[in-house]
Amino acid sequence: MGKPTGFMDIEKVDRGYKPVSERISNYKEFVIPLTKEETIKQAARCMDCGVPYCHNGCPVNNQIPDWNDLVYSDDWKNALENLHSTNNFPEFTGRICPAPCEAACTLNLYEEPVSIKTIECAIIDKGFDEGWIKPKIAKNKTGKKVSVIGAGPAGLACAQQLIRVGHEVTVYEKNNKAGGLLRYGIPDFKMEKHIIDRRINQLEEEGITFEYGINVGVDITIEDLENKYDAIVLSGGSEHPRDLPVEGRDLDGIHFAMEFLPQQNKRVSNEGVPSKTKEILATNKNVIVIGGGDTGSDCIGTSIRQGAESVTQLEIMPIPPEQEDKSVTWPNWPLKLRTSSSQSEGALRDFSVMTQSVSGENGKVTGINCIKVDEKMKPIPKTEFSLKADLILLAMGFVHPIHEGMIENSKTELDERGNVKANTEDYKTSANKIFTAGDMRRGQSLVVWAIREGRQCASSVDLFLTGKRNLPI
Amino acid sequence: MSKKTKFKIAGLPKAQGLYNPVNEHDACGVGLVLDIKNRPSFDIVEKGLAMLCNLEHRGAVGADPKAGDGSGLLIQIPHKFLKKKVSDSFSIPKQGEYGVGVIFIPNNENDEKKIKLLIEEVCLKEQINILGWRLCPTYTKELGWSVLPSTPIVYQLFLERPDNEKSQDDFEKKLYILRRCIEKEVLEISNQIQEGFYIPSLSSRTILYKGMVLADQVGGLGEKLGFYEDLTDSDIESSFALIHQRFSTNTFPTWSLAQPFRMLCHNGEINTVRGNINWMNARHKNLASPSFSENDLNKIWPIIEEGQSDSASFDNALELLVRGGYSISEAMLIMIPEAWQNNDIMDKNLKSFYEYHAPIMEPWDGPANIAFTDGKQIGALLDRNGLRPARYLITEDDKVIFASEMGLIPIDESKVKSKWRLEPGKMLLIDLEKGAMINDQEIKKNVANKRPWEKLLKLNQLNIDDIPSSNEDFESDYSLKELQKAFGYTQEDEKFLINPMIASGMEATGSMGTDTPIAPLSLKSKPMFTYFKQKFAQVTNPPIDPIREEMVMALNNYIGPRPNVLSLDQKEVSKFIKIDTPILDENNANKIKNLSNNNNSFISSEIIDITFNAKDENIENVLTAICEKAERAINNGKTIIVLSDKFVTEKKVPIPSLLATSKVHQYLINKGLRTSAGLIIETGEAREVHHFCCLAGYGADAIHPWLAIKVVENLSANSDQKKAIENFVKALGKGIKKVMSKMGICTYQSYCGAQIFDAIGLSTEFIDEFFTGTSSLVEGLGIEEIEKETISRHNDAFSKVSGLENLLDVGGEYAVRLRGEKHSWESDTVRDLQHAVRLNSSDTYKKYADSLNVQNEKLMTLRGLFKIKKAEDFSKKPIAIEEVEEAKEIVKRFATGAMSFGSISREAHTNLAIAMNRIGGRSNTGEGGEEADRFLTMENGDSMRSSIKQVASGRFGVTAEYLANSDMIQIKMAQGAKPGEGGQLPGHKVDQTIANVRFSTPGVGLISPPPHHDIYSIEDLAQLIYDLKNTNPSADISVKLVSEVGVGTVAAGVSKAKADHVTISGFEGGTGASPLTSIKHAGSPWELGLAETHQTLVINGLRSRITVQADGGLKTGRDVVVAALLGADEFGFSTAPLIASGCIMMRKCHLNTCPVGIATQDPELRKLFNGQPEHVINFFFFVAEEARSYMSKMGFKTFDEMIGQTQFLDTDKAVKHWKTEGMDFEKLFYKPDPWDGDTIYRSEAQDHDIYEILDRKLIKESAEAINELKPVQISSEIKNTDRSTGAMLSGEVAKIHGHKGLAEDTINIKLKGTAGQSFGVFLAKGISLDLEGEANDYVGKGISGGRIAIYPPKNSKITPEENIIVGNTVLYGGITGECYFNGIAGERFAVRNSGATAVVEGSGDHCCEYMTGGIIVVLGKVGRNFGAGMSGGIAYVLDEDNNFKDLYNSEMIELEKINNSDEKIFTDNLLIHDKERLKNLIENHHRYTNSPKAKRILDNFENYLPKFIKVMPTEYKRVLMDMYSSKETSKNSVKG
Repeated sequence: MGKPTGFMDIEKVDRGYKPVSERISNYKEFVIPLTKEETIKQAARCMDCGVPYCHNGCPVNNQIPDWNDLVYSDDWKNALENLHSTNNFPEFTGRICPAPCEAACTLNLYEEPVSIKTIECAIIDKGFDEGWIKPKIAKNKTGKKVSVIGAGPAGLACAQQLIRVGHEVTVYEKNNKAGGLLRYGIPDFKMEKHIIDRRINQLEEEGITFEYGINVGVDITIEDLENKYDAIVLSGGSEHPRDLPVEGRDLDGIHFAMEFLPQQNKRVSNEGVPSKTKEILATNKNVIVIGGGDTGSDCIGTSIRQGAESVTQLEIMPIPPEQEDKSVTWPNWPLKLRTSSSQSEGALRDFSVMTQSVSGENGKVTGINCIKVDEKMKPIPKTEFSLKADLILLAMGFVHPIHEGMIENSKTELDERGNVKANTEDYKTSANKIFTAGDMRRGQSLVVWAIREGRQCASSVDLFLTGKRNLPI
Repeated sequence: MSKKTKFKIAGLPKAQGLYNPVNEHDACGVGLVLDIKNRPSFDIVEKGLAMLCNLEHRGAVGADPKAGDGSGLLIQIPHKFLKKKVSDSFSIPKQGEYGVGVIFIPNNENDEKKIKLLIEEVCLKEQINILGWRLCPTYTKELGWSVLPSTPIVYQLFLERPDNEKSQDDFEKKLYILRRCIEKEVLEISNQIQEGFYIPSLSSRTILYKGMVLADQVGGLGEKLGFYEDLTDSDIESSFALIHQRFSTNTFPTWSLAQPFRMLCHNGEINTVRGNINWMNARHKNLASPSFSENDLNKIWPIIEEGQSDSASFDNALELLVRGGYSISEAMLIMIPEAWQNNDIMDKNLKSFYEYHAPIMEPWDGPANIAFTDGKQIGALLDRNGLRPARYLITEDDKVIFASEMGLIPIDESKVKSKWRLEPGKMLLIDLEKGAMINDQEIKKNVANKRPWEKLLKLNQLNIDDIPSSNEDFESDYSLKELQKAFGYTQEDEKFLINPMIASGMEATGSMGTDTPIAPLSLKSKPMFTYFKQKFAQVTNPPIDPIREEMVMALNNYIGPRPNVLSLDQKEVSKFIKIDTPILDENNANKIKNLSNNNNSFISSEIIDITFNAKDENIENVLTAICEKAERAINNGKTIIVLSDKFVTEKKVPIPSLLATSKVHQYLINKGLRTSAGLIIETGEAREVHHFCCLAGYGADAIHPWLAIKVVENLSANSDQKKAIENFVKALGKGIKKVMSKMGICTYQSYCGAQIFDAIGLSTEFIDEFFTGTSSLVEGLGIEEIEKETISRHNDAFSKVSGLENLLDVGGEYAVRLRGEKHSWESDTVRDLQHAVRLNSSDTYKKYADSLNVQNEKLMTLRGLFKIKKAEDFSKKPIAIEEVEEAKEIVKRFATGAMSFGSISREAHTNLAIAMNRIGGRSNTGEGGEEADRFLTMENGDSMRSSIKQVASGRFGVTAEYLANSDMIQIKMAQGAKPGEGGQLPGHKVDQTIANVRFSTPGVGLISPPPHHDIYSIEDLAQLIYDLKNTNPSADISVKLVSEVGVGTVAAGVSKAKADHVTISGFEGGTGASPLTSIKHAGSPWELGLAETHQTLVINGLRSRITVQADGGLKTGRDVVVAALLGADEFGFSTAPLIASGCIMMRKCHLNTCPVGIATQDPELRKLFNGQPEHVINFFFFVAEEARSYMSKMGFKTFDEMIGQTQFLDTDKAVKHWKTEGMDFEKLFYKPDPWDGDTIYRSEAQDHDIYEILDRKLIKESAEAINELKPVQISSEIKNTDRSTGAMLSGEVAKIHGHKGLAEDTINIKLKGTAGQSFGVFLAKGISLDLEGEANDYVGKGISGGRIAIYPPKNSKITPEENIIVGNTVLYGGITGECYFNGIAGERFAVRNSGATAVVEGSGDHCCEYMTGGIIVVLGKVGRNFGAGMSGGIAYVLDEDNNFKDLYNSEMIELEKINNSDEKIFTDNLLIHDKERLKNLIENHHRYTNSPKAKRILDNFENYLPKFIKVMPTEYKRVLMDMYSSKETSKNSVKG
């Protein structure tokens, strides 16, 4: 390591945010990158551990100590090479990953972890700025054809890996643009969409064909693809949302998060909300967000930007401790009270709250009736309360992928949770030459997990097609 | 050579399981008594026998108390006696006209007849007339029961000197040839007969009486009859007797291994013997001699039979040289040259003599005190290191008594002319024919001027620097990355290995041991080198310090044909190239490769491509072709073979360079051609120290790492490339020296081809074919798997995995990388263990244990391949878990490993101690003492006292008090992570507390030497055990060894040396800091060492009296069970309890930056330590419970029942792994039958024999002093068998009064005589020893406050200042106290002294080595290398010859004038007041010893003063100056 005592000598610094007042007036990213010098300094805090817990904590197993060291020695190009060797899209993870690596960082035991995510983002952004990111076009073609269905992070990673070893890759995407949740779920203020575009450019230049607006299983059948391709990868999302089956659920003004969020993203990118769809806007409304996860936060940030009167977030789980007992959590991802940037923009939060019913007038939502619950989620008598509500956004997670259409059509077996069944050794479904990766296989998860699965699945597909491993696992 | 039959040593059991008789070691006491004037007498013989009896403590007895390890004496042919004895049956001519053969014949009529007949036939064939046979009467009633069955009949065969043998020398040669013929014939008829058959001697000058008898049984003692009746007859006369008392590691009657041999007896060990034997036998084609016809040569070939001991092999080679015409003294100098390479003060002609002979004969390297004779000359030689004691005295009537120690026989002191010692590399020689003693200087002068060596040298030798540079070689078309990949380079090779070498010229350091699978278990494609583990010296043999004792190390070598060893006239010329380092850079490599292009008829090279086409060739065939090519080239006159893999392409796969080198080397040996040409390997593969060592060890004369050098160039592209390459080569050289020195080898020349490696996981067939003579304990890969691995690595390199094209493999050996090598300790295991112990969750522990115990293709350890059987497999029933011995009993078998306070923080150290004390287990201090406050019980009843006190080579903090406060004392012979190496604690880590505990100075670095300077051999270890046992008789003595092939025999020796406990540590063991080479490539898994140890102890009947502990990488209950089944009673854990205490395997221990407060002394970081004793306790109970569940399944109620039950282990065939298909643990699971009454677990105590020793009397008489503080005076006689005098008394004092002891002189003891070894060891404060006489080695070792004065007997006429009074290694690890020696001391005076003060009148080499404190005054001559590694304390040397500047080691010390300050105040400021201090000390010296020299100096003090030089360690001075100036400042500020 460049500086063995860096962790003792150098104060932790991380990217800051623009002030709330400034950032909520638009949909731009508001994270302020560190200067190059500060980034280098922060990299020196890395202890180059004998057992780098970050490296294991990271789902794509980024070789974090190695690129930290390279950044410390100002060798950004090799840092980028190393980073790309494990992660196809560090610009995504460098922005929106919750960074389990940092939770696992040894420094997180007693101190503040190394600003790993910030350094990762700095490496890849520098790479793009310097023009180092070029298409890597395979020298030899294998003549094998693969179709990848779903252009989310798993599908994109898988496609890029496969095209680079010379297979012919076509990506089918039911939306008009690639990116999946990255594009339609994650608000622009967390990641601006040109970030995706420049990567899609590279993918196209490397030779991937994108077929947009085609919903496989609806517009064309799996059989059609089976006839055309030597392998098929199902890399759709886990899109079946968890519902709230309470009295008043059918009132107007109750929406799933994924009905609400994509509309705003499309507005920002001028894709426009399809004319048949009813616009959902939080402007001047009392918004209730049910669900305390990242999607809930995205709903909050978007609502605030739309000019909501108030935003309240309800979570059924009890409030987690402010500080975890690291001696029995580290290096795992700990359960603790976190405040997202969106939450800090002015949302109220309440925990241990169960919704009992929704009340309305004229078919429209007007309020929500709740009760406090104990740790076993049993209602606590006499704790009922009501809140005013004009818009209720359901962000309680996703149950499994949508079965109708492609999955039913593909006749692949499902696991007990309703996901497409395949293991992480070969990612093969029960159907011949059909593979699956990402949320469709593992259920809802992080972008970084999707990238991992896409990469590993590609390696398996390649092995299946060529009998050799030309791709890393 | 055609016959593969191996010479079998009688008595030794055959190889079985992991036991192999080849590994047996011995060491011993030697002695010599002679009459310079060559006047034969019975007195000499009697004296010899008497000396033997008093050397008994240097020998050993095994399970049979009457069976010694063998002893004997070599004398002149006692003509008068023999003539008398045979006169009834035949007559013999006059002395010199006949030869006598002593012949051991198996004791049965059939064999007796057969052999006698055969010998008669051979004699007839060789045309030698037999005069007659004499049955030598032997008395066998006193022999032990174990010896009797193998006791031979001893015959003496009388042969007449044929007329055509003109001189007696010719006759001797003839007898030599005859003996070889007989030996070979006997070997031919029957192996079985050969085992009991042996010819101890066959000569017209000397005769040998030896046997497997105790020292006092050879010739009897007093009324007691001896084995050889002859020796009691007063007609048996000789003018010399060469004696030997053996201490061997085994307990088997091995008559032939008893010493002396035919020409010598040896105390020590030839480390390079494997290579020496090979080189010797390789000379066949290269040998021509006027003394031997070709026919003769064929008769005597092979010179050295396989399967003998090192000493016997040496004897064989020496015999060839002597019979070939060298005088025995010359031959000895050629075989064991002194360290000439780096000696700038050596005479030029002498240096040329050595250099001329260097290529003729590689040194027989290793510790050696050899007494030798051919009947004409007699003498003794000490090797270059002088690591064996050798003292002698000469009397006025021209008698010489030479021995390992003084005081063996009573001598009239008034008749002694002088007393001296043999110095390193020096020779004692008596020419019996001339009746004169020749001193070393004269001997050397004679050989130096015998011929114009320098001129002869120039005829033969070409210095590589003198060869003109030549054209550059071709460059590969491939990119550097591609080539690196082709040779399996990883990112870590650059990051962890090459970069540090470039930056510092030294090898990089790491910590926390290794936890990756050994090569044969790895799923990665491993370089061939990784299948070989470096061997290292432990116990039987000392490692060397290649840094502080660099003067004995040499890397130079000779490439090309070796001159004919028997060409005495020096007329033949053979051209070879001299190189200073075996690492060739590009320039030098090109010079050699292009030699053929120059018009040089003498010397030319042949380059042989060692790549192969994987598609249509296989390695084996290609190798055969390569060998034949080399053979053809040599036959065509080429004198250097260069094997090169530079021809690598995508299609052409390089053969592993080690495989190619070894194969070609061995092929050429077998063809008798190896000494006809040099062998160079040019390879892209070699990049780390270990690789180079392997190549050297298997025969490469020089290595050109062509790719590594390119990588270095690339890595240093932005800086000074030339410097980078220089540093790289320098680092490799240093690294090689370190590896050599671990085995006690000094010269590359003898390391080359010495095969100092153990193979692991390679098949016997493969080893026999390609690495003949290497041990491999676990069967495994053969040539096909190696080929597969080689090709797969090559294919991977060129396969271009997407995204990784521009990146080397991550490696993952040194730090975890998920795409790299697997580790046992990785995120999940560390996490689960920590969470388990903190939450006391057995479920989480189970998760942890399961992930480590899992047996699948991701194998981490050998035991991962074992299956543990169940009771049902033996048709028995399992036992209910409730009935199994309780966990709280099992945990008492657990100990935490040795981790020093210093390497880890007080918090971490005490945490382990408290935990272990609570559960009745044991914690270990590690090296570095313990704070005295920890000896007291804490308020809550806990105790921070470490139950085990470690004694390591640095002896830091080893006081009488420390030893008295222990339940077990552990002698650390080696450490798993760096066996054979010393250590260093950098100054910045030595804070005030650490310095207090270690009795050193804060801020000054501390060095632990590689060897214990009081353990150079097994009998030395026995002595240290004796010292420690005496100091604390209630403590068990433990010896810690590291697993390697042969550790079992060492352990057997340790058991015979009366250790109560032995630890077998695996190579995985942790460390604070160690060179990466050692962490990865030295030592073997504990499974192997443990099994070998257990088996060897059982086979030797030594098992029940010693506890066996397994240590190093134990992690789970299953590990404990496997270890118990393999034979362990107890279990040591280090890393796991450390992890339970919070360690997260940062592997930064050596940087002091441990972020969890464990391996650091940084006060801020220490605050972060959050381990609790409960965590450690929880861990051990989890482990014990897990073990219990296995016990219940196997049906064992008690733990003892389980120990050694290897039938419960089996190879798990279900585990699939391509490399392990051929793995076979049959040898590992071997279960030998125990001796009658011997259990296969520890069940009885050692008999230490300390009941009737001198100290018992001293203690008795000191009772008042100890209990009531009343001064006492005691006087007594003392003799050499009174050893460790003062130790037990000091232990008593320290137990009661602690380190502060008693008031000065409270116990005043006056003694008279010759003190045995370790006189005044650990002498406590308040005890004074006043000795009139002399003392042997280790006087005042660890002195803890007492005072010792020694002066010659009153009636002695010798001049004290010119004679030796104390032996070697005096004051080793001295803590505090005073010593006054009226005479000269041996080598290493005050080595590692911490604080004692001493005055001596002269000293040998390495005086004040590693000293960290104290004051040494030398009033006379000193030897070389004064003050090497001296970091503290001061010395005053009276430099009357004005040559001290040539003798001191300037690395760490500076010389000053005596500070002549007039201040009369005597303070503790060592920077000033020299005059006062010196005067005071010399006055004391005079007061206590009445030294004439002291008086003379005091009388002329002002005149002498300028002749004194003050020796001041540079670093120490700086720290003192800081200290005193800050004191001054604070004083001033108080005043102000």
